Amino acid sequence: MIGAVPLSYYLLLSAILFTIGAGGVLIRRNAIIILMCVEMMMNAVNLTFVAFSSYLDSATGQIFVFMVMVVAAVEVAVGLALLVELNRHKEAVNIDEFNSLKG
Amino acid sequence: MIGNWQSVIDKQRMTNLIWLVIALPLAGALFNGIFGRRVGYQVVAKVAPTMVFLAFLIGLGGAFETYARHGKAQLVTLWTWAEIGELNIPISFLVDPLSMTMVLVITGVGFLIHIYATDYMVHHHHGETHPDRDFARFFTFLNLFIASMLVLVLGDNYLMMFIGWELVGACSYLLIGFWHDRGDDPQPAIEIEGGEAVQVAPLLSPAASGMKAFVVNRIGDVGFALGVFLIWTTFGTLQFDQLFSRIASSAEMYRESALHGEFTVISMIALLLFIGAMGKSAQIPLYVWLPDAMAGPTPVSALIHAATMVTAGIYMIVRSNIIYTSAPNVSFLVAMVGALTAFFAATIALVQVDLKRVLAYSTVSQLGYMFMAVGVGAYTAGMFHLVTHAFFKACLFLGAGSVMHALGDVIDIRRMGGLRKKMPHTAMTFYLGGLALAGFPLTAGFFSKDEILAKTFEYSPMLWGIGIVTAGMTAFYTFRAIFLAFEGEPRDQELYDHAHENRLAVTAPLWILAVLAIFGGLLGLPAPLLHGVGIDIPHAMENWLHPVIQQVGHHEVHHLPFITELALFLISGFLGVASIGLAYYFYIVDRSIPQNLARSTHPIFALLVNKYYIDELYNTVFVKPALTLSNTMSRGIDQTLIDGIVDGSAYGIAELGKYLSQLQNGFISRYALATFIGVLFLVGYFFLGGQFPNWIY
Repeated sequence: MIGAVPLSYYLLLSAILFTIGAGGVLIRRNAIIILMCVEMMMNAVNLTFVAFSSYLDSATGQIFVFMVMVVAAVEVAVGLALLVELNRHKEAVNIDEFNSLKG
Repeated sequence: MIGNWQSVIDKQRMTNLIWLVIALPLAGALFNGIFGRRVGYQVVAKVAPTMVFLAFLIGLGGAFETYARHGKAQLVTLWTWAEIGELNIPISFLVDPLSMTMVLVITGVGFLIHIYATDYMVHHHHGETHPDRDFARFFTFLNLFIASMLVLVLGDNYLMMFIGWELVGACSYLLIGFWHDRGDDPQPAIEIEGGEAVQVAPLLSPAASGMKAFVVNRIGDVGFALGVFLIWTTFGTLQFDQLFSRIASSAEMYRESALHGEFTVISMIALLLFIGAMGKSAQIPLYVWLPDAMAGPTPVSALIHAATMVTAGIYMIVRSNIIYTSAPNVSFLVAMVGALTAFFAATIALVQVDLKRVLAYSTVSQLGYMFMAVGVGAYTAGMFHLVTHAFFKACLFLGAGSVMHALGDVIDIRRMGGLRKKMPHTAMTFYLGGLALAGFPLTAGFFSKDEILAKTFEYSPMLWGIGIVTAGMTAFYTFRAIFLAFEGEPRDQELYDHAHENRLAVTAPLWILAVLAIFGGLLGLPAPLLHGVGIDIPHAMENWLHPVIQQVGHHEVHHLPFITELALFLISGFLGVASIGLAYYFYIVDRSIPQNLARSTHPIFALLVNKYYIDELYNTVFVKPALTLSNTMSRGIDQTLIDGIVDGSAYGIAELGKYLSQLQNGFISRYALATFIGVLFLVGYFFLGGQFPNWIY
């Protein structure tokens, strides 16, 4: 089906998406944006899994994607819940406001 | 194990019940230790002596059965304690004439002293009774001591003897330091009319005395332990019967090579065991702890530091008689050390002003006599003197305690005088005990001492010379103390007015012991002498102990000629009476003589009062350097070096942590950045062809 597009394209796209995500996590201060960037990184990985699954004609990669999606859903649920609580606590979504856990 | 228990039930013989002799006082100790404070002192005062009395009855049964067996040794095995390779340590008891003699002395004299202590440890004040605040603790330790001492004498191998040996040492420590909150006791200087007063060192506090006794005994115990190890490595057994029969098979060979100047392995064993005896039985050079042990309550001085524990060394040598007979070179050393100790201790006792210390040095001196006896091979004579000494010295110590009790703990004879009128029973019994100690003719002490002197004369007239001079001094210092305490005018009127005779619980044991001190000699009448005048009364003690003493070779048992025996007998008898007369003249008739003597021989007098400065010498030569070394080790090595390393490494880690903790600043983005950089490095490493290190697999 996707035989027309070479594997390297997928990998390149995945790398670009991952880098954007990682850069967002590192640079942005808004907690919601960071969560979204984390999602983006995971989906970049998912893309790699699916691409290889198709390329190698193996279902394993797709199973992994389901796993990752489940984990991501759970993570979003917990992460957003935390964010809501943090927001109630400090009325802020800036991640640098929350630094009371330190050595 | 089951078989033995079966035989206990089947035959109903006292011998098989001998373990009860130990178990009963132990049970008493446990009861008094756990419930003593709750049940009150009157219950404790009944339980503790009862247990010892029951043990005495069983011991009596065992002794009768041993007599009925003609002294044949009986082994009572309870269980095997340890079995490691060839080392087999059974918990078993040896019932033979020697152990039964010791059991009877320990439980018999021990019972009387327990009875005495039930009143001694209570203060009567204007009709009210105040028991010592640690009454129960006292009897717990006292019962525990009896049990430990019985383990020492009943064990049938050197390991059990060693266990008992250490246990009695621990009990001695606990009881010397019984009044642990009392401090040093400063002593007034001895005034001499027209001369310079002699300063007296303060008496050590009970706690320090206990520690001194314990530490000095450790030195001896190292020797004893090494001796036991050497027995094991040489003969592969610690059981008396096996060991002694193995030695006996080549005893003559050992004896011959020792006589030819060779130091055999048997000599080494004998020497090491004797070092243990030096500590426990207070012989030169390890006698210094015994006089200070008088800081303990007087019943303890009587029981442990006169009648029983300090005689453990004698018991050990008599038990190991085959070892010492096979090592005549070490036996000679034993006799020499004994004779010198007897002499030096007696000279110190001549001038002491503390009644208990006179008796303590006298104990050291009498123990020297016993060592002299066993050293010259007169094992029976040594045991005989051990028994009679237990009677008269316990009597004297209890008498001294009775005086102390009446005078409110004053023991300085300079503050006594004329007490005979106030305390007739104490005075009478003290006189009787003193006569026995002085070797007054026909008392117990006379027969036993005379026998030792006769046997010593046979061995070496030089040793006999030391012994006979010591005997004279003994009679003199004993009666010096008696005359100063009980005769003459009261020197402290206030104390005298308050003095009173003690109750029956104190005077009854005194009388029993006094009677024994006079008639105990019947155990060992001088058979050769009596035979010479046509009376055939056997030497009971010798016949009784005969199966225990093994003969080496086929030496003819030869006695001194009748006339020599008689001469020695008369000389020692005469000397005893003459010395008492001299003491009478010095301290009753003309009291200026000792004063003049002290003034004219001032340096010698001061030397004796200060006990030859041996304590000071030991302090300078051994104690101080040891303390300095400990201090250097503690301050220099331990506190500076070791603690420096330990504390330094902890400090370093803490400082490092302080720096590192700054990295953990709580900003999530920084953490993420650090993680990211870390991942980059890892990926870069593998990207450039890096491999996992080997250890990771």
